[in-house]
Amino acid sequence: MTLLAIKDLDIALGGRLVLEDIHLRVEPGEIVTIVGPNGSGKTTLLRSIIGSLRPSRGRIDKAPGLTIGYVPQRLHLDATLPMTVSRFMGLPRRRSARPVEQVLERAGAGGLGGRQMSALSGGQFQRVLLARALLESPDLLILDEATQGLDHRGSADFYRELEPLRRELGCGVLMVSHELHVVMRSSDRVVCLNRSICCEGTPERVTASPAYLAMFGMDARDAVALYRHEHDSRPVPLEMTS
Amino acid sequence: MLDDFLVRAALAGIGVALAAAPLGCFVVWRRMAYFGDATAHAAVLGVAVSLVLSTSILAGVLVVSLVMAGTVSSLSDRGHAMDTLLGVMAHSALALGLVAVSFVHGVRIDLMAYLFGDILAVGKADLAVIWAGAALVLGLMGRRWSGLLTATLNTDLAHASGVAPEREQMILVLSLAVVVAVALKVVGVLLITALLIIPAAAARPFSRTPEAMVLIAAALGTAATTGGLQAAYWLDTPTGPTIVSVAAGLFALSSLAGRIKASTRSAAADGDR
Repeated sequence: MTLLAIKDLDIALGGRLVLEDIHLRVEPGEIVTIVGPNGSGKTTLLRSIIGSLRPSRGRIDKAPGLTIGYVPQRLHLDATLPMTVSRFMGLPRRRSARPVEQVLERAGAGGLGGRQMSALSGGQFQRVLLARALLESPDLLILDEATQGLDHRGSADFYRELEPLRRELGCGVLMVSHELHVVMRSSDRVVCLNRSICCEGTPERVTASPAYLAMFGMDARDAVALYRHEHDSRPVPLEMTS
Repeated sequence: MLDDFLVRAALAGIGVALAAAPLGCFVVWRRMAYFGDATAHAAVLGVAVSLVLSTSILAGVLVVSLVMAGTVSSLSDRGHAMDTLLGVMAHSALALGLVAVSFVHGVRIDLMAYLFGDILAVGKADLAVIWAGAALVLGLMGRRWSGLLTATLNTDLAHASGVAPEREQMILVLSLAVVVAVALKVVGVLLITALLIIPAAAARPFSRTPEAMVLIAAALGTAATTGGLQAAYWLDTPTGPTIVSVAAGLFALSSLAGRIKASTRSAAADGDR
């Protein structure tokens, strides 16, 4: 069954049309990536899917009982709010310690349970956010620029882990990223968004389409080729001689 | 036992301190201090309105504070220049209330009692109202705790988990109006926000989780009200301001202790290197 079906969606913010005539479907086990320039409405689209924004036209249908795991672009934690990682994992529903530890381990944040959220590095923080999203065993995982603040290698690692995760959980993944090179490889389908959807398809097809090239320039054409290549023979990291 | 005015005063103070602890933490976490001020200051207007309509002060204060809190809350959703707007509303409400009270003829009211509280004059009926209000607020906070906390962290995260942040905001608004109405007698409109945020802020350095912060804030708030009451009795000073002064002293001590704790920890970390 289709996890998510968006039809004729318009979203207006402050009287301005930010998204227009969006049609989008996400099937179980599928990784769909939304790319687009700044201000193209990527985050707005995700926020309307989780229910933060009301459509001004059209509809968003979710499979009955769909659980969403959501990783926000950035989470600002007020300095006055004390919060351990394990307490954070239990919001809004308390969980017993064992599954929390397991899912933290799975997301690459093992052993951080007792730490304060404010004491985490950028990468650890994003992994904890991912772990919290996984805790609900989501049918649909929604990632909004989930690797912001990570270096290139960190974000490549992050996206590389999505594929096994998707297989394990059998969930669909809908994500937004502007790191074209990194996400192209892990996506089944790419959606190019610039207020409305301008092209859509497999990474190979999208990167060859004129609309995509007009949006990101000719450099972006190599996004897939580069990664298909790197995937085959992963570059060996330079060893420091000290 | 309740015939002793000091016992009644202490029980009233403790009731307000307990209700103020979880709410005060949310006021601190969500940076709603001016929001609290606006709601509390509107209470003077509520007093004036109930004198004119000769209704009960409690009802007038509750209604006007609720209207004010609701207005401020809906304005804050638009989210522009809130700091200035809230400052304007908080102080205008106070000024308008004072002007309105001056128009009420024939009734001699002790304005100071409303501005700074009159905890020593708390009667048995007042005590019942305070504890009923406190129980209501604590009940609401307890029932909605996880949702409130999630909505405070991030509204998108809340939406995705099936928590409606707007509803949680309404619960805070309602609780704030109730706390204002019942704390009026204890510390007065000018110092209600102090009783909300000072114990919560003082609890911060010793807390690792939100729940711990609420419990410590409740303990510090209780200590400040009973200690302030005792000090006011000995020193013959106005009770409401004395309570807030004791709370401020606790805050200063806690900040100092927090500093020391942080610097010994970083020294220990340096030693490890």
